[in-house]
Amino acid sequence: MTTTVPTAARRTSRSASAQSRVDAPRGPRQRTLLPHLFLAILVIYFLVPLWWLFVASTKDVQGLFGGAHGALWFDSRFALGSNLKELVTYNDGIYLRWIGNSLLYALVGGVGATVLAVLAGYGFAKFRFGGRRVMLAVLLGSVMVPLTALVIPTFVLFSNLNLTDTIWAVILPSLLNPFGVYLMQVYTTDAVPDELLDAARVDGAGEIMTFLRVAFPLLRPAVVTVLLLSVVGTWNNYFLPLAMLANTKLFPITVGLGLWQGQASANNGGGTSLWGLIITGSLVSVIPLVIAFLSLQKYWQGGLSLGALK
Amino acid sequence: MAHATAVDVTSPDSTTRPRAGRGRRGLNERKRSRTGLLFVLPFAVVFLAFLVAPLLYAFYLSLYSKGLATGVVFAGLKNYTTAFTDPQFLKGVWFVVRFALVLIPVQMFVSLALALVLDGLTTRFSRFARLMIFLPYAIPAVIGALMWGFLYSPTFGPMQQIADLVGAQAPFLLDPDHVFGGLMNVVTWQWAGYYMIIIFAALRGIDASVYEAARIDGASSWQIAFRVKVPMISSALLLILVFALIGTLQFFTEPQALRLVSNGTITPDFTPNIYAFSQAFAYANFNYASAISFSLGIVVFIAVYVFLFLTRKRGSIS
Repeated sequence: MTTTVPTAARRTSRSASAQSRVDAPRGPRQRTLLPHLFLAILVIYFLVPLWWLFVASTKDVQGLFGGAHGALWFDSRFALGSNLKELVTYNDGIYLRWIGNSLLYALVGGVGATVLAVLAGYGFAKFRFGGRRVMLAVLLGSVMVPLTALVIPTFVLFSNLNLTDTIWAVILPSLLNPFGVYLMQVYTTDAVPDELLDAARVDGAGEIMTFLRVAFPLLRPAVVTVLLLSVVGTWNNYFLPLAMLANTKLFPITVGLGLWQGQASANNGGGTSLWGLIITGSLVSVIPLVIAFLSLQKYWQGGLSLGALK
Repeated sequence: MAHATAVDVTSPDSTTRPRAGRGRRGLNERKRSRTGLLFVLPFAVVFLAFLVAPLLYAFYLSLYSKGLATGVVFAGLKNYTTAFTDPQFLKGVWFVVRFALVLIPVQMFVSLALALVLDGLTTRFSRFARLMIFLPYAIPAVIGALMWGFLYSPTFGPMQQIADLVGAQAPFLLDPDHVFGGLMNVVTWQWAGYYMIIIFAALRGIDASVYEAARIDGASSWQIAFRVKVPMISSALLLILVFALIGTLQFFTEPQALRLVSNGTITPDFTPNIYAFSQAFAYANFNYASAISFSLGIVVFIAVYVFLFLTRKRGSIS
């Protein structure tokens, strides 16, 4: 939060905001008109694809390829209901299965990665042990390793263990989040005073109790941020499940929609109804994350700059 | 470091109080450091299993090659010499390097401009705009790419329809001449909002009295933006730059998702990662694919490391 230190002499008409400016002698409205115009244009740019996706989901096949009112406006027929019905019944309802798989991978992988990151971050921040500095250096180095470069060797490793084409092939590698550990370590160092931990220990609380009762409540903003990053990362992951899974019943939604797109492109014309499914399916699959984002915003807004605040 | 005092714990005749205290602390220190290790252990196991092991295994695999007649034989560094003289691999490398050089400045500029504008406003609309611009980050890259693919589509995308109004022919943004810009647009749309939020949060962390001081010194709002705000958030900018660099060099998802609708523009050797993927899963050539993956991992690591070393800012990632 910004706090102003208003000096009486320097007060402007908008002393309520820290960014009040005294420059050219222009009216306050004019001063914010240009920035607002700039923002409005960019908001349109960022929202157009989503608007198109919503509009296109309400069209039937004819409307999609030759709508009366163009691609960015609704057709005369409103087919969202029938599109949704077809989406959940097509191929024995495989779409809902994909959504379920995505949820499973994102929750188990994301929550697991967060738990590991919180524990390790706390361990690095509040304890001194042999090899700690080396481990931290290795951890920081690993943040710079592109994780997609690990997919192919991990695939060969897993296939030697007969683990490919199982849910574990997607979930286990998703538990790895070095950046999350780094964030937690940075945050814990500042947010949890040593004196508080010592006081709890003197009062006879065990280490686990001290962590859960004293440290964890102070870490909440960072935990939510790391959770968000891990869950979104797993939900959006494409390369890993694409490589690991052959059984379409195990696909997450990203790989599933890619599969449909392949089928639709392969049989030109015959795949027209599939295009509609892909569009409606994309719309339905972005809704949960968008809702999660908007409802959790007050938690993650502050946390995202953690890595850069040091 | 902490084990020095743990020696005299067992001496029961410690009559002086300080020594007893020191002894107890020694025991605690040892217990404490073991506890710390236990907190780190679960992550360490995952780290070894899914980062260190695959990296080492990639290197091991890359030293062998599989011939039809010979079976698996030790090949030394042959896969690497093949890769770095393989025009298909080098073409992909050249593409991501060019892409990074153009995309990253554009993305940084857009996200920084947005963050500075948003930081200067406190209206309801600016809060709404901040969320909407960030929203694409929540959308899977595959779906973002598919959406833009539809929007680019000459058959049912709006671009051609808009061009029809003036009787023109809209460019197909996935043909060989435009694919660079077409992909750049997809990636910028997806990530600019995320970078903007990071910069914005860093700006909010600046103490307002700094602006007050600058204003008393007679700085204009432009000067405050570029002489005060930007330098103060340089570590956030550096973090983003590193993220963008790592992300761009391993470019995979968007071009892979748009491959089928690009009418052959996006080839199986389009980026190093796509090339490794097709070598592995189209030709079952895992040894060569591992060599490419390992090269990519090492090269990106070294590039980022050198970059951080050159820009060494105290207190960012160090």
